[in-house]
Amino acid sequence: MAEFLDMGKHAVFIWAAYGFSALSLVVLAARSRARQKSSETQVVAARARRKEQV
Amino acid sequence: MPWAMVATVLLFGAGLYYALAGSPPDYQQGESVRVMYVHVPAAWMGMFVYMVVAAASFTALVWRHPLALLAGKAAAPIGATFTALALITGMLWGKPMWGTYWVWDGRLTSVLVQFFLYLGYMALWQAMDDEEKAGRAASILALVGVVNIPIIKFSVDWWSTLHQPASVMRLDGPTIDDTMLIPLFLMAAAYQVYFVVVFIWRMKLEINNRKLSVMRSARMEN
Repeated sequence: MAEFLDMGKHAVFIWAAYGFSALSLVVLAARSRARQKSSETQVVAARARRKEQV
Repeated sequence: MPWAMVATVLLFGAGLYYALAGSPPDYQQGESVRVMYVHVPAAWMGMFVYMVVAAASFTALVWRHPLALLAGKAAAPIGATFTALALITGMLWGKPMWGTYWVWDGRLTSVLVQFFLYLGYMALWQAMDDEEKAGRAASILALVGVVNIPIIKFSVDWWSTLHQPASVMRLDGPTIDDTMLIPLFLMAAAYQVYFVVVFIWRMKLEINNRKLSVMRSARMEN
């Protein structure tokens, strides 16, 4: 495991590249999913309100 | 949708295994070559998503399809993220290989321009209250920016640059060994399927936002 993590003298650049990539992609996916779920809840609530008014 | 999420996880799992452990170090670059497996797919996707935004913009302007505007708006933040990742991972690859994080050469500068085009496109959507006008202005910018795509692609051939010339998408075939080409394609496929998943989520978000906006307008009229 230590050998795998080592990556030679440029390890800091390699792991930083993978770290930035993973973090950015996970945050983008999580935010997109959360906002989409929240918007769905809002649409359902808005439709229910409209039904009540009718 | 579940199949796309499963495919994303599987492709990332296989791609990361081969990128970090299952492929050899380069005879010149050593272990640093492993940055290629996250840098190159991000750069490809940055350009691919820009073409998606441009095609959606063209469809919206010419045929006025209501979903086309939303498709461009949904795809742009994903493309901007890929482009930012290409720039950041490129800098992290450049420092150990070239001795510098950045040079103002054709390839790096044109990719930076692409990133600013994404930011401009997203800023225009936010700049106007009228969504139709904002979408049209953003679409025109996206179409003007298409001229940057061939500049990115051919910049390494047209100008003297520190950036290496094309080694995968060449008329005479890739110059990279299969032991490195396979993990590169696996990671590229993972990025592609990831885009499909996140794009669908963002498209649903934009459609829901449009529905809410219409319902709000109807309530105001009543």
